Amino acid sequence: MALPASLQEELTNPQTLTDPAVIDLLGLSVAFGGRPILKGLRGDLRGKAIGLLGPNGAGKTTLIHTLLGFYEPTGGSAQIFGHDIIDHARQIKSLVGYMPERDAFIAQMSAVHFVRLMGELSGLPKEAALERAHEALFYVGLGEARYRKLETYSLGMKQLAKLAQAIVHGPKLLFLDEPTNGLDPPARLRMIKLIREIRDSGQANIVLSSHLLLDVEECCDEILILREGQIAVYCNLEEERKSNRKFLMVETRGDQSKFVEALKGLGCEYAITNEHRLKIVLQGGVEVRDLYQLAAREQVQLRRLSYKRDSLEDIFLKAMENGHGSL
Amino acid sequence: MAVYEQKYKRYAGPLTPEWSRFLIIPHHAYRGVFKSKLFTAFFVVCFVPLLVEAILIYLHHNMNALGVMRLQIRELIPIDATFFQTFVNLQGGFAFFVALLVGPPLVSRDLRNNALPLYLCRPFSRTEYVLGKMSVVLILLSAITWVPQVLLFLFQSYLEGFTWFRENLWMLFAIIVGSVVWILLLALISQAVSALVKWRVIASGVILAIFFIPSVFAEFFNLVFLTHWGHLMSLAGLMRNISAGLFGTFAETTTTMRMEGFDGTLREVVLTEPPLWLNWGMLFLVCAACLALLSRKVKAYEVVK
Repeated sequence: MALPASLQEELTNPQTLTDPAVIDLLGLSVAFGGRPILKGLRGDLRGKAIGLLGPNGAGKTTLIHTLLGFYEPTGGSAQIFGHDIIDHARQIKSLVGYMPERDAFIAQMSAVHFVRLMGELSGLPKEAALERAHEALFYVGLGEARYRKLETYSLGMKQLAKLAQAIVHGPKLLFLDEPTNGLDPPARLRMIKLIREIRDSGQANIVLSSHLLLDVEECCDEILILREGQIAVYCNLEEERKSNRKFLMVETRGDQSKFVEALKGLGCEYAITNEHRLKIVLQGGVEVRDLYQLAAREQVQLRRLSYKRDSLEDIFLKAMENGHGSL
Repeated sequence: MAVYEQKYKRYAGPLTPEWSRFLIIPHHAYRGVFKSKLFTAFFVVCFVPLLVEAILIYLHHNMNALGVMRLQIRELIPIDATFFQTFVNLQGGFAFFVALLVGPPLVSRDLRNNALPLYLCRPFSRTEYVLGKMSVVLILLSAITWVPQVLLFLFQSYLEGFTWFRENLWMLFAIIVGSVVWILLLALISQAVSALVKWRVIASGVILAIFFIPSVFAEFFNLVFLTHWGHLMSLAGLMRNISAGLFGTFAETTTTMRMEGFDGTLREVVLTEPPLWLNWGMLFLVCAACLALLSRKVKAYEVVK
């Protein structure tokens, strides 16, 4: 029943969560039958919840599977919490939980039996595994249905059971592959709520792979967009949003040219969309209030003023257009 | 993550030793296996020959009972290598049917329900998975083959005395090796087929075919070519020879036949068995093929190249 000292320390000390990179990609390449799937991915991912995005075939699932040790890298490597995925595969597996995309369960078992078995396979003693199986099932909302056979579960319930088995051993990193697949809106909301709760608990980092941008936007603070096996974009969503606060869309009435001249005086960059519309980039120290004052002085009405906010969809589409981004 | 707290909490308690984790699979599998009353009944029946064996050993040493029943068991059924070999082979037959009932769904169910990634994303290797699944069969078969046979051998030794035990210690080796090789073969074949065929009934059919169809071919080959080398094709034939070799009853020339030739003359044909090493070699090849198949099929995900 002995636990390696380093692992014990990692499990008990929440401070270590933020210290090393959650995932460090060291030129990770994977090829199947000579066909490259992941092409030399590099970078360290440090978010509490990292959204993995990309079009079909971009390599999202392959990346997760490689990190889980299902596929062997053909080049480079990666580290999870500082442990190499090849040299310390077993140690990594005791730190992670995985919720697969496809239907996956063990037949002819009740949910509690299934989750308990998964807990025991993760190394939990029998009693602890049973206790945590009950807890996990209550936590995901399957408490009342926990003695039912998994075959009788609806798709939404199966998704929740998959989440329960992924968290039963209290992993430090959760890989969630399309967790909201096939869920109806209330079930989807419940799943999103659970993911956010786990993220906000600060007890586990999350890697969420999804083709639903809204899910990622609601749950993740960082996103990694893959395109054709390469990193197209890696960014912090919150910082991206903050940086976008400098961009304003303004609708004017009156002599726009005067207003534009005055803007130059403030040192702001701008682009005229049409005779009534402007895009403005606020420079340091310039506030929205200054624009109102300027407009009043030049006798220009500001009819509409809005921050240009890049939605995740914008970022995604840009990434798809631009090609490779960098970390 | 207590039920009443409803929040996510990491586990920081002790962990079980890694070496013992493959045993979790049989522990959970037996719940399902013994849910079937029919199987449980059959499994109990598997112990009947062992009971008969125990009674025969007991009667051999109980003069009063023999006198009352007026039986001459000592002369009719001597307790020697052939006695133990007969019962080892008989239990081997029962073991085959137990493996046929228990083995096929073990891996196939997991493959059908995509459960392998759930096992393999944990600190649980493919080897441990295969070992765990094979243990389900191996432990059950051990309980009806070599374990009781060893106990009965020790029972006989206890009644007969230490000298008998010392003189027949080789028999203990034959009992253990003969039984273990057979149940290992059964476990490997049932798991390999289970990994290959996703449907239980078909998998059971394939296992039956693997054991019986080559036996038919082997007999046909033997008849046509007037030899016993056809036994190399048949798993039952291989095991019969290996068992005979272990119990010291193997003979390369098992039968001689008198045949009338085309010219009307009588000639004697000697039917020879393949040498023991070749039987072992073939068995090794079969086991290697099963392991290769398992290694190919037991993966979290099939790689589409």
